[in-house]
Amino acid sequence: MTVKTMAEFAAEDKMPEILFWVGCAGSFDDRAQKVTRAFAQILNAAGIEFAVLGDEEACTGDPARRAGNEFLYQMTALQNIQTLNMYGVKKMVTACPHCFNTIKNEYPALGGHYDIVHHTQLLQELIDGGRIKMSGGGEFKGKRITYHDSCYLGRVNGIYEAPREILESLDTQLVEMKRSKTNGLCCGAGGAQMWKEDEPGEKRINVERTEEALATGASVIAVNCPFCLTMMTDGVTGKDKQDDVMVYDLSELIVRQMA
Amino acid sequence: MLQSIVFALVALAALGFAYYQFSKVYANIQLGKKEELRGPTGERWKNMFLVAFGQKKMFKRWIPAVLHLTLYVAFVFTQIELIEIFIDGIFGAHRWFLGPLGGMYNFIISTIEVLSVLAFVATVIFLIRRNILFIPRLNKPEMEGWPKLDGNLILIFELILLACIFTMNGTDVVLQDLDPGHYGKTNFVVSGLVAPYIFGGMSADTLHVLERAGWWGHITMVFVFLNYLPKSKHLHILLAFPNTWFARLKPRGEMINMPEVMYEVKSMMEIEDPDMPEMDPNAELPEFGADDIFQMTQIDLLGAYSCTECGRCTDVCPANITGKKLSPRKIVQNLRDRSEEVGKKIASGSAEFAADDSQPVSATNFEDGKTLWDYITREEIHACTTCNACVEACPILINPLEMINKMRRHEILTEAAGPQDWLPLFNSLENQQRAWSVGTSRTAWAEEA
Repeated sequence: MTVKTMAEFAAEDKMPEILFWVGCAGSFDDRAQKVTRAFAQILNAAGIEFAVLGDEEACTGDPARRAGNEFLYQMTALQNIQTLNMYGVKKMVTACPHCFNTIKNEYPALGGHYDIVHHTQLLQELIDGGRIKMSGGGEFKGKRITYHDSCYLGRVNGIYEAPREILESLDTQLVEMKRSKTNGLCCGAGGAQMWKEDEPGEKRINVERTEEALATGASVIAVNCPFCLTMMTDGVTGKDKQDDVMVYDLSELIVRQMA
Repeated sequence: MLQSIVFALVALAALGFAYYQFSKVYANIQLGKKEELRGPTGERWKNMFLVAFGQKKMFKRWIPAVLHLTLYVAFVFTQIELIEIFIDGIFGAHRWFLGPLGGMYNFIISTIEVLSVLAFVATVIFLIRRNILFIPRLNKPEMEGWPKLDGNLILIFELILLACIFTMNGTDVVLQDLDPGHYGKTNFVVSGLVAPYIFGGMSADTLHVLERAGWWGHITMVFVFLNYLPKSKHLHILLAFPNTWFARLKPRGEMINMPEVMYEVKSMMEIEDPDMPEMDPNAELPEFGADDIFQMTQIDLLGAYSCTECGRCTDVCPANITGKKLSPRKIVQNLRDRSEEVGKKIASGSAEFAADDSQPVSATNFEDGKTLWDYITREEIHACTTCNACVEACPILINPLEMINKMRRHEILTEAAGPQDWLPLFNSLENQQRAWSVGTSRTAWAEEA
């Protein structure tokens, strides 16, 4: 797959339709890379001209800030804002709700003002606008699928419907977990927990959430966040259910069903 | 006449002592830093109206919401009767409103009576929920001791108060036939029906004593209640209003920016910012984050005093659910406990609590060798996933996450401490601007397969 960077567009004196903010997980985590590829594939299929920052992208600073390390947050955030402003970036999309939240809600205070959407919002728009076509009777048709609200897309930014509408357009049978939408339970990765061992307790948070997801009897757990993806996958593997239950990002579900 | 004087003295003493106590609470909240209020004021009134007055967020859980609403409405309505008690008390009148209001008076008191019956039932159910059903969120470790007793005491006060109202009204109904000159004819819906069965056949003297006992019992309970509030979780009945008004209007996902750090980094990176203040190279490094109430803001401390320890935050906390020590409610309680401790120590005037002992102890000259870390362990603060479930859950818009974030900032920025596990993350961010230290290109994903 060829992907153009912002620098390449700038060299041609061109501006892409949208900047795809990949994020650290989407760039470096093996599993999340597949989501990045799936989403890029969809953008290509929909004929959307997009760019990435490539190695000019830095971590948004979310984990540093939430760990309490404001200096590191400011350093990476300001570096990103410098890069984005230099290219005159306006419209952005990302597959990571943490990057999404930080750029949307925290960069403005530092001088970074962008119109950013989460990939599930863009995907829903593309489906509604007929820019991506789904084949009838795809592999997820009629399957029981449960959807895990990530904290930073759901409770923090109030986006509950776009992802669910995508699942509907895939003709899946959506089964909600006991705790969903505003009451959704965290996967356990946020607040920089992804980078540390759990504090002592009875259970890991991802295990608690996975048990809830498995209790729905769904064969697919759909997520919208690379960290939830890791946490839920680990949870399913821990329960030895990896052969029966798959954990997918929404873009992966779409790409497998595109006409 | 004697009764009027006694009443006036009791009322004055009760209100005076309450004023003294409330001003202490106010002073303790002032120990926090000022926080700039952002966002439209109209939004603040709306929040107060919907969330505090309208109890909008309570209705996420129907059973307690309905029970709570019953008590709330009964409480508000009973204030009308309280006005009359004050007038009667001071002027030695009896049911002063009856004359001017007539039929309307019967309607008002009957409404209060019906609400009082409902409130009685709700209170009993609340006691059952706390002590027999053992609703989990009401019986977590941080509820042991005073918080549990506090919760029960309030409900018992409530029952005594209601019993007094019905004694007062019920004896009145029977006395109307025995002493029509003093007891004007009323038509109360509950006591009119029930009173003859309970108080009928008693002598006029006994009834007089009971009627006065009910009246004095009622007003005494109100005064006790008022003076109990500043010490109790029940303070929420008042502070929920300012707390919802002052609640931050920023997007939920925005952690409060630290301009002092931002400007430092901007000047380091040579980023121009017209708003950047003049940097004083000799200035002492400010303390970042919070390890005591002085670095928390007044909004945080107001939240701590507004908390009624319902535990909805803890009940949805993923860390708490999975057996970690973190309980958002405990963090909020601890902030109030520490505020109380500091407030008392400052009020003591004792030189041992003065940072500079040549000066008298005050909010700006205070050092008792303790911090919030004496109340809250590192383990609790480290367990938070910043998922905002506690923020979403609070029925009166307290934000426990903000308090946790400030303590994390203190630990990392001021103490240079924190979980060892985070060091590789920080190193990688500092050296490679990546969350993981890996050598591959950021576009490696496109090259594969």
